[in-house]
Amino acid sequence: MQEVMLEKAKELLQSGAVDRVLGWKAGEFAYDITPCVFASAQELEAGFVYNDFCGNNLSKYLIKESRKGGKVLAFLKPCDTYSFNQLIKEHRIVRENVLVVGVPCQGMTDGETLKAKGVKGILGIKTEGEDFVINTLYGDRTMAKKDALPERCLSCKSKKHVVYDELLGQEGDKLDSGRFDLVNKLEAMDPEERFAFWRGELSRCIRCNACRNVCPACSCEKCVFDNDASGVAQKAAADSFEENMFHIIRAFHVAGRCTDCGECSRVCPQNIPLHLLNRKFIKDINTLYGDYQAGEDTVSRAPLTNFTEGDAEPSIVTKGGKKA
Amino acid sequence: MQRIGVFVCWCGSNIAATVDVSAVSEALSHEPGVVFSTNYQYMCSEAGQNLIKDAVREHKLTGVVICSCSPRMHEMTFRKAVASTGLNPYMVEIANIREQCSWIHKDKAAATEKAIILGRAAIAKVHLNAPLTAGQSPVTKRALVIGGGIAGIQTALDIADAGFEVDIVEKQPTIGGKMTQIDKTFPTLDCAACILTPKMVDCAQNEKINIFAYSEVEEVKGFVGNFHVKINKKARYVDTTKCTGCGECTEKCPMKKIPNEFNLGLDNRRAIYIPFAQAVPKVATIDPDHCNMLKNGKCGLCAKVCSAGAIDYKQKDETIEREYGAIVVATGYNPIKLDQYDEFAYSQSPDVVSSLEFERLTNAAGPTGGTLLRPSDGKHPHTLVFVQCVGSRCSQEGKGKSYCSKICCMYTAKHAMLTREKYPDTEVYVFYIDVRSPGKNYDEFYRRAVEDYGVHYVKGMVGKVTPRSDGKLMVQASDLLAGEQMHIEADMVVLAAAIEPDKSARPLATMLTASMDTNDFFTEAHAKLRPVESPTAGIFLSGACQGPKDIPDTVAQAGAAASKVIGLLCKDQLTCNPCVAHADQLMCNGCSSCEKVCPYGAITYEDKEFRMPDRTTAIRRVASVNEAVCQGCGACTVACPSGAMDLKGFSNSQIMAEVDAICKM
Repeated sequence: MQEVMLEKAKELLQSGAVDRVLGWKAGEFAYDITPCVFASAQELEAGFVYNDFCGNNLSKYLIKESRKGGKVLAFLKPCDTYSFNQLIKEHRIVRENVLVVGVPCQGMTDGETLKAKGVKGILGIKTEGEDFVINTLYGDRTMAKKDALPERCLSCKSKKHVVYDELLGQEGDKLDSGRFDLVNKLEAMDPEERFAFWRGELSRCIRCNACRNVCPACSCEKCVFDNDASGVAQKAAADSFEENMFHIIRAFHVAGRCTDCGECSRVCPQNIPLHLLNRKFIKDINTLYGDYQAGEDTVSRAPLTNFTEGDAEPSIVTKGGKKA
Repeated sequence: MQRIGVFVCWCGSNIAATVDVSAVSEALSHEPGVVFSTNYQYMCSEAGQNLIKDAVREHKLTGVVICSCSPRMHEMTFRKAVASTGLNPYMVEIANIREQCSWIHKDKAAATEKAIILGRAAIAKVHLNAPLTAGQSPVTKRALVIGGGIAGIQTALDIADAGFEVDIVEKQPTIGGKMTQIDKTFPTLDCAACILTPKMVDCAQNEKINIFAYSEVEEVKGFVGNFHVKINKKARYVDTTKCTGCGECTEKCPMKKIPNEFNLGLDNRRAIYIPFAQAVPKVATIDPDHCNMLKNGKCGLCAKVCSAGAIDYKQKDETIEREYGAIVVATGYNPIKLDQYDEFAYSQSPDVVSSLEFERLTNAAGPTGGTLLRPSDGKHPHTLVFVQCVGSRCSQEGKGKSYCSKICCMYTAKHAMLTREKYPDTEVYVFYIDVRSPGKNYDEFYRRAVEDYGVHYVKGMVGKVTPRSDGKLMVQASDLLAGEQMHIEADMVVLAAAIEPDKSARPLATMLTASMDTNDFFTEAHAKLRPVESPTAGIFLSGACQGPKDIPDTVAQAGAAASKVIGLLCKDQLTCNPCVAHADQLMCNGCSSCEKVCPYGAITYEDKEFRMPDRTTAIRRVASVNEAVCQGCGACTVACPSGAMDLKGFSNSQIMAEVDAICKM
């Protein structure tokens, strides 16, 4: 696929259809693939990469890229297209300045996931059928994809590109891969147990802001946590609980806009399953207002910003978090 | 730093009995910025207001906190008082220590502590208050009346009489409402049609009144003085400009077996029909659910016989969009369904009827031509049992209504009296819990039924009605005064069903953002002092939609609602609320979340050039608020992901300051 994409990018650049190409380049390590904007065929030849480590969702970069002069080619995987649509809906991306080329994705793994499985000295990766063949300092290692993919890809919601100008490969389908299973598990916990679970997970947070920086829904000109007037910025947290509130506030802020791309969990250096907070909101929205997928289109009204007479009127606050 | 004055009101004993007011004013005097703190018996009285004014002048106050009743009650009073001293009226904050404190607590120590906390929150807020100036908005000089019963008719006539345009929207094919189905009216016994139909005609002929019959309100946008309403005019399949109401079509239509709503299904109508002879507008309507032509494309008989050529099978629903300054709700009531009352055998025997059905059975324009006959066999009934409070004053959860339906005692007395008068050979029993007959000449009316007409009034409830194979109804009841069981062989049983608001009221209330109580009656702005206004500005209440009412009360309230509407429409400009939204464009992402949630269409977007870091500029899409249109609901401030939207007078920082003050304990 890398070659096909490279050819496509060079062709579009040379024909003048686009001025720049948003893709991926190799990083310091093999698994350290980094988003990159290429301005010429030479740059593409030298650095363009597309492999099983290209998990980065490129849509957010288009907020800035699409506002520069000229047209930019963006390679988007199915789940990236949801973020792209959502950002179009929020008027954050200038659509006419982007040429979207949909690229297929069979699930992207990452260094953290592999290292957790005991894979060391990673030098490269390729797909062979249902397996990854990982080239390491200690020789090749074959792993079944279902053992080597992060949770977000195992419970992939869709292989369908919801928006594209050109598509490489086959059109995919939406999937039903039980992405709410883990949420169900959390819901089944009693409140004390659940509280303890999240306190445990969130206690590892070092406030590096990686989740916020990568999140396509977190695209405010000025984040409330950076806004002196908001009353929550630049404020020393009174205790660790207040510190934990960062993620809960963030989940509230992106509720109804989060497309469930799972980038927050991927980039978290502390391996906090942050995407589960967002998924809980998505599940609640689906339950209360009917199924809704943020980013599926650019026109539909999101349930949380659309009042209808048939709306559920849930009593969201129950004593001690117990269900009524 | 603000110079804040704190004024704690006793509200007589309303607050002072449960809250130690001196302790509150003492405790609040130590709060930062407070330079004066006192308490007084009635802060809203002239003396109390003078106390505030004097303190503002003497202590050079920049902010005022009043610990008193709900701001809904006296915020305006105190703002006016403060404004008269030259201080901006929006520098006043109210801590509600009555409804939210003294009235709901018993323990004085705890209530006092809570009052202090509420006071602290208001002080914390007033520190961040800024002077605000109100703008003005124009008033559309036209009123909308929703519902064309006697309430809506009277309101419309009164508004039109003052020279303003009024539209009536009625969902039925004719105006008139429930009163058209009633035979006689208590306590004078004049015929309902004789007093109602002239008013219906007046409506039709009044050039200021526009009737949208067979129509429903579909969407309401805007705010007081400037409502924008979409009305769906349902297809009648008859051109109302051509139809003369001759009724030829209704004679020829072959679909004969459709239950006639006007007679509550006691007889049948055709698929094309005119509800009754005095209908306004008097035009035919095709019932699309039963018309063969509309369903299968076969028939077309009515079109053939119509000499005016008024039939139009291709007619479509029509949407009318109109602007209004005020909206009157007059959606009325319905008797409850009696399916749940099997003990009275309502579904088993056709001779057990509701009171409204009884009205039709005694009405000259009814299915029996006004002769009282049993629906089952058409025979003259000799023993009649009336049961009151069927579903009213019911304490049983999930069954019936907790309230008194108010009208049943009087109409049952009327039914009993008229039956005895017309058919002296009958025995008439009325079973009651209490007879409620307050009202001018009401008790005299009821006494006449008992004393002059010999109606047997029995205190007690009917336990069971059992239809017997010979057509008799066995009524088992208890006489509580005599302390014995009664067994009556009756020919007819009449149930005084509770009344409830019309089902259309709930969705309408949502559209109007008007509040309702748990029974779906519209709530008034103040139970005693503002009985015909909804808490939502520009929405007024007329008739039984606000609570059970008889005709005299309805007409009185209809007139009162009209006078409030006239008062509003007389104004050329309304003072706007200055507590409106404001967008901090530097923070705005241009995401349109606020625009989407704004119910008033007050938010627009513009592309604006901004200075960016490193001496660059960028064009950004940012929100701006039309302050004349914004009503300050605050929906945008919570929808805004970046916190760029804020509400003047209720800013996020003010609310956070209040929360912090409350949590500081």
